Amino acid sequence: MANPNKKKIVLPVAPDTKAHAPVKHLYSKKVKLPYGVPGHGLTEMEREVSIDEPPALPINDELNVIGKRTRRVDAIYKVTGAAKYSADIQLPGMLYGKFLRSPHPHARIKSLDVSAARRYPGVHAVHVLSMEPGGSVERESGHDAPAETYNIDQLPLLRYVGQPIAAVAAESQYIANEAAKLIKVEYETKPFVLELDKARRKGAPIVFEKMVKDEGNEGDVGVEAAEEQEGNLRGPSTGSFLGGPRGDVEKGFAEADFVVEGEFRTQVQTHCALETHGVVADWKPDMLTVYASTQNTAGVRDDLSELFDLPKSKVRVITEYMGGGFGAKFGAGHFGVMATELSRKTGRPVKLMLDREEEHLSAGNRPNSHQMLKIGVKNDGKLTAIDLTSYGTAGVGLGAGVGRVAQDLYECPNFRQAQYDVFTHAGPGAAFRAPGNVQGIFSLEQLIDQAAERLGMDPVKYRDIIDKHEVRKLQRAKGAEVFGWKYKKPGSDPGPIKRGFGMAQGHWTRFINLNSSATVRINKDGSVEVMSSVQDIGTGTKTILAQVVAEELGLMAEDITVKIGDTIYPDGPGSGGSVTAGSITPAVRNAAYKAKMELLGQVAGAWDVAIDSLEVKNGEVYSKTDSSKKLSFGEATKKMRTNQILATASRPDDYGGFEIGNGIGYGRLGSVQFAEVLVDTETGFIKVERVVAAHSCGRPLNPMQVESQINGGVIMGIGYALYEDRILDLNTGHMVNANLDQYKLPYSREIPKIEPVIIEHYGAFSSTDASGIGEPANVPTAGAIANAVYNAIGVRLYELPMSPQKVLAALGVS
Amino acid sequence: MNRFEYIKAPSIAEAIDMMDSTVPEAMVTKTDGSAKVVKAAGTDLLDLIKEGILEPGRVIDLKSIPGLDKLSYDKKEGLQFGPMVTIADLENSPEVKKHYRALYEAAAHAATPQIRNMATMGGNLMQRPRCWYFRSSGHHCRKKGGTTCFAQIGQNQFHSIFMTNVCPCVHPSSLATALLAYDGQVELTGPEGRRVIPLSEFFTPSEVDVTCENVATNQDIITNIMLPPVQEGTRAFYIKQGQRESYDWSMGDVAVVLQMDGNKCRDARIVFGAAAPIPLRREAAEEVLKGKAINEKLVMQAAKKAVEGATPLAHNGYKVPLFQTLLKRAVMGAVG
Repeated sequence: MANPNKKKIVLPVAPDTKAHAPVKHLYSKKVKLPYGVPGHGLTEMEREVSIDEPPALPINDELNVIGKRTRRVDAIYKVTGAAKYSADIQLPGMLYGKFLRSPHPHARIKSLDVSAARRYPGVHAVHVLSMEPGGSVERESGHDAPAETYNIDQLPLLRYVGQPIAAVAAESQYIANEAAKLIKVEYETKPFVLELDKARRKGAPIVFEKMVKDEGNEGDVGVEAAEEQEGNLRGPSTGSFLGGPRGDVEKGFAEADFVVEGEFRTQVQTHCALETHGVVADWKPDMLTVYASTQNTAGVRDDLSELFDLPKSKVRVITEYMGGGFGAKFGAGHFGVMATELSRKTGRPVKLMLDREEEHLSAGNRPNSHQMLKIGVKNDGKLTAIDLTSYGTAGVGLGAGVGRVAQDLYECPNFRQAQYDVFTHAGPGAAFRAPGNVQGIFSLEQLIDQAAERLGMDPVKYRDIIDKHEVRKLQRAKGAEVFGWKYKKPGSDPGPIKRGFGMAQGHWTRFINLNSSATVRINKDGSVEVMSSVQDIGTGTKTILAQVVAEELGLMAEDITVKIGDTIYPDGPGSGGSVTAGSITPAVRNAAYKAKMELLGQVAGAWDVAIDSLEVKNGEVYSKTDSSKKLSFGEATKKMRTNQILATASRPDDYGGFEIGNGIGYGRLGSVQFAEVLVDTETGFIKVERVVAAHSCGRPLNPMQVESQINGGVIMGIGYALYEDRILDLNTGHMVNANLDQYKLPYSREIPKIEPVIIEHYGAFSSTDASGIGEPANVPTAGAIANAVYNAIGVRLYELPMSPQKVLAALGVS
Repeated sequence: MNRFEYIKAPSIAEAIDMMDSTVPEAMVTKTDGSAKVVKAAGTDLLDLIKEGILEPGRVIDLKSIPGLDKLSYDKKEGLQFGPMVTIADLENSPEVKKHYRALYEAAAHAATPQIRNMATMGGNLMQRPRCWYFRSSGHHCRKKGGTTCFAQIGQNQFHSIFMTNVCPCVHPSSLATALLAYDGQVELTGPEGRRVIPLSEFFTPSEVDVTCENVATNQDIITNIMLPPVQEGTRAFYIKQGQRESYDWSMGDVAVVLQMDGNKCRDARIVFGAAAPIPLRREAAEEVLKGKAINEKLVMQAAKKAVEGATPLAHNGYKVPLFQTLLKRAVMGAVG
């Protein structure tokens, strides 16, 4: 049985690590596709592809819609408030839900009395949750499935403050909130442990007595599943899908001319999407319909279908507009299960949106980390050994690894790692925008800078020696040019307020979700629709789908009606792992191409000309050889034999196959960022003045939206670097800043001038050759700021967030 | 949030008649849901109710009373403003900007533009502390009538470094820091009529009464706030340091008002905000400056004096050097 909270990211963590075999096709053809970076030795790559694939798409310069700055197709609805988000859904007879949550970090429920809540006027149902709400579940605990009734002796143990216990459904939110307080619970409290270091010690209170189920790591996708679990310690993971240890680390260090090493700590960052987690669930005898704020409509449908034993055909999940998701909005969630239970009990739709406090406590976070990293370096700069040990806690969840950057960013023959998960009595971690890599880059990039300084080299030039990634090299060059990079001696400014420059880079694996399908429908009146269950979580997916279809059909983006975020349409990918653009747009283009060929076939029949003499461009269908044969698109569709032409296509394998099993593509999405900061050495205050962010995402489909994603990634990185911190009271286990008042996000004045630099990079991977950008944009920021802070003050900070307290302490002022 | 009766008060006299509790009393002694309290803009009061730590029976809105939002300046009388004057009104007043620079800076750096447009000066002085344990319904702390101070033994990075032994919350009003530096006064109106109280006597240290922050009683309403006129040689400055420049609570703020004869300091008033449960005069530091020519060395001596006796907690030791820096910069800013 699936745990609704487990399926955080449906990513293909490859079972088969040797799947380099080329894709075979019954009927194939050879196409030459653009390859490389325009202006920097762009060439062509010949690929053998299925006969069904559309012709190669030329580079953006030669296109009309793709690659052009295009306003979001739904912008007008968003700015006028016409866009309805899950929280806005109102259905006839709808009830409102409210949770009762654990006030204790570790407790057993001795007794529970819901009668007063049930009797409260306006309350229609109370439901007690029989399952573990997110995080890990002990094997054979019986807490992995919903149940209509509960047995007081078999309720899940409470393992963190905020763990859901029960919920009420009532006629108004006010009534629900009041009634939830009337549920009487007697707790037997138990000793608890919150701190990473203490939880590892012998004799620490144990979070899970038994081995927990490992359904994939939630926070750090792709860390090799570890089977060892002792006390609160789980692991180590010694490799990832990119491979295991390599070479001989001891020998590597022996060969090194010098070693750079450090101990780094990063904090817990909670998810603060503008729209909280939540659903409206509407259980009807013939269909369960759920309006969900989710990154994966199809995933929520699959979860609910499995958990409630319903055929997939009887579950519909809708996400028309989505108020942000950064990795924690996958699966049905405890709120989805609860709303469905309450709707089943009452026969009415139930709205259950979390409030901000619940969001901080129970809806996921980026786990913290304690990293010990050591790198051996030759005097010529080459790396001889990398040794990484890390501990992190995702509270009651798993996935607190620190990613794959130490393993994979730089050339180094000898590599070893041991990444451990540590259980604590705190809310579960979840995937969070480039899980693991964001934590890992903070330590790796600071040590690489240390090595450069030791070698007396400019950090940018030094990376040219140890980083063989061609696109990152270009990003460094272009980024440095835009930034006006000039190496400055650390701490060299006179006066108390010092300026610093720093850079860092990162990468993110190019994941593809092959379960990505779309339908394109051309109507006789000339209107065109594209349909898929894929959701637009605010990134602009609707707009790029419109652009892709428009380009193929010779129309403009606004001519295309985009119907997505509904599981009545073909399954699209979940939006996590930066897979969306790279996964769904080839399916959409292929569907549009198929529909176009059908249309041209019918028009060619009507005109009695050869189909390959026809072309569709600039809103017209015409013959390339006979100028009398020319119709507007809308006139041409009138020649259709039926009212509609429908074509569906799915994401084929990458042209040229995958690097590691299905879905893990060749090449990494590189990123290089430069930061300029001011550090006040007397107050400890850091101001980020400017960030230049050089990125590539394959073919940029809509540069305006790519820039928007880069801006968002940098802003989130600044929050992580300087402000955000989940603060737990160690005596009571409560999060003391579970709000947006004292959990500090960057606001307007904290956002510097951000200059995105987009490298158009063709890899000949698919019919659109697009890749994602969401996560790569978030990876290097904290590292770049840390290096800039060091450059400003000449003292390194080893702990996030780099608050005034920590800066003053590092400077020895306090 | 509990259900409560909401009444728009027609006049001060009637509001006084309708109320029976201070907000602190409603949170500690009159917790049976019957307390009748007044509200100005409600930026803090509604927060307390929504957080479930205040459950009044009646909320009496003062915004409906005419005439409480007047601001006037007179060379001889000084600055006077009603309790319903907003922070934005202060920020936008040319007289405040011209004559009361420290107050202007404090207003301009408070909260957000949206909150400044709503929040009133009466409410600003009466607001409750932001200590996260006090604000948590899950922590029955001393300020709410309990016996434990969770901050002393817990997360106290934003708490007091002075007067920490009973309740180390910090007073939340950064405007009060400036008002006290200008030697302001408040006029309270109660059933017995009006009385004027200097701000130096208005705030209540937690050693005196941990459950409240000022001397207003259960039928008192602030009806006026007064600052003395500024003189020829008055030089003032205010600095607030938050973790963020945008909306944030103060980690420390300092207001200084100096009376200068040329380069010589005739008189000085120095106030620390976010250092103690009340806005805190630093007389010892003032003494260092008085009668002397201001220079950086002297100011450093004053700064050192100003943090003497600080008793920082486990996580807020950084505030000691921070306040010294802020004081130094505020004085140099005033004379520079």
